[in-house]
Amino acid sequence: METAPASSWRRQNASYNLVGNKCEKCGAVYFPSRIICKNCGRESKLREHKLSGDGEVYSYTKITAPSDTFKDDAPYTIGMIKTAEGPFIEGHVVDNGKDVKIGAKVRTVLRRMYADGEEGLIHYHYKFELI
Amino acid sequence: MRDVAIIGVGLTKFGERWEVGLRGLMAEAGLAALQDAKISSDEVDMVYGSTMASGRFVGQEHVAAMLADQLGFNNVPATRIENACASGGSALRQGYIACASGAVDMVVVGGVEKMTDVTTSEATTALGGAGDQEWELAQGITFPGLYALMARRHMHEYGTTEEQMAAVAVKNHENGHKNKYAQYRKLITVDDVMKSKVIADPLKVLDCSPITDGAAVVVLAPLDKAKKYTDTPIKIVSSAQASDSLGLAQRESLTEIKATRIAADDAFRQAKLGRGDIDLIEVHDCFTIAEIMAMEDLGFYKKGQAAKAIADGETRLNAKLSVNTSGGLKACGHPVGATGVKQAVEVVWQLRGEAGDRQVKGAEVGMTHNVGGSGATAVVHILKRVN
Repeated sequence: METAPASSWRRQNASYNLVGNKCEKCGAVYFPSRIICKNCGRESKLREHKLSGDGEVYSYTKITAPSDTFKDDAPYTIGMIKTAEGPFIEGHVVDNGKDVKIGAKVRTVLRRMYADGEEGLIHYHYKFELI
Repeated sequence: MRDVAIIGVGLTKFGERWEVGLRGLMAEAGLAALQDAKISSDEVDMVYGSTMASGRFVGQEHVAAMLADQLGFNNVPATRIENACASGGSALRQGYIACASGAVDMVVVGGVEKMTDVTTSEATTALGGAGDQEWELAQGITFPGLYALMARRHMHEYGTTEEQMAAVAVKNHENGHKNKYAQYRKLITVDDVMKSKVIADPLKVLDCSPITDGAAVVVLAPLDKAKKYTDTPIKIVSSAQASDSLGLAQRESLTEIKATRIAADDAFRQAKLGRGDIDLIEVHDCFTIAEIMAMEDLGFYKKGQAAKAIADGETRLNAKLSVNTSGGLKACGHPVGATGVKQAVEVVWQLRGEAGDRQVKGAEVGMTHNVGGSGATAVVHILKRVN
């Protein structure tokens, strides 16, 4: 899958720095950012909010039949991570030799995600590492 | 709103249909539906056509106009409905609303998907669009991967086992075995499922619905005019739909599809019927865990109790409640844009008593349940035979 460079660029604050947002009116934290708070509607007061990157595995799977983009990476583990701040985030769980299980503590790390062919852009993204 | 009935249905054989394209599949199911309804092309007032990703699979958009043209409905309004894997159910609901409102009389609803002209990994990419492209698909999470995350959590919270999930596939192949339209008619065992190739653990290839070519068409008419065409009109007694967050991570729960629960409650309210009145259901078993969750979210079992009940045989043909008599998405096949319409075709055959070897005895009320993506859309219909 070729990704438009602008598409990755638009998401860089989230993809590199784990920046979501928080509604100052009701306190809800969102990742990825929302334009409108689910609770407050057009009264929303959303401000950028950086997540700590700490969390725990809520569910996980090992993908052995990937899409074209990730065909050279399989098998790889995907986790549903419950972050310390509340939002759930899906992402890669990197292999650092530890066994993934529900409840395992994780932190985010920045890693290479995929490249648009031999000559194209290399996309970087947060992934999760078991502590 | 006035009462609406299904007066004709048509289906193609589901499977790897190398000899026929998108256009041919639609025409095959459409012609069968027109013959079944005994209507002529110029009686049709409007068309809804559904496909999830024909642009990705065969490069063709604008399929509703193509359907209308292929069936010779000269210049009628034709509109495509897309709601991922719930496109068919959503199109049926739009057709129902159009007819019930009185805006038009006779509506043809057709669903189609031609999936086998691309490789499996290209199909995986196209189907991934049913989830959140930016935050799921682009991060390597496949569509089976989303259901695997739900399955793992369901196992963790309720003790659901891989063998119980496998039992769903075994049951649905048992029904597909008796359906000449089904993609897979072979009987399988729990052991076969357990030993099949892992796709996204704990889901194996025999836990997953296949890649399928196929089309399904139904003809809707106001109930008061339906008697002119058929002795056994099948009344749509409720049509309900709900949505939820596109991404799985934003849901309230990983072990419930909330949109299903909301749509089901609404459907039973509209129909003034209870769970005990349902004789058969076609549920959206895109993965075996999806059928387990559906039976809970539709309200037939308490959370965490459906897996054991299914494994114990309660939902086999003519057991306590017949579920997925067609073979479901698993064995009959899952041409995504056609599935929601095909579910209605199966229920109509059952309620008319035309289902042959897989007939549910004394079937009077049936239900369809069609899910889009990992649960961002759910559509539920209840159908009833009118005597």
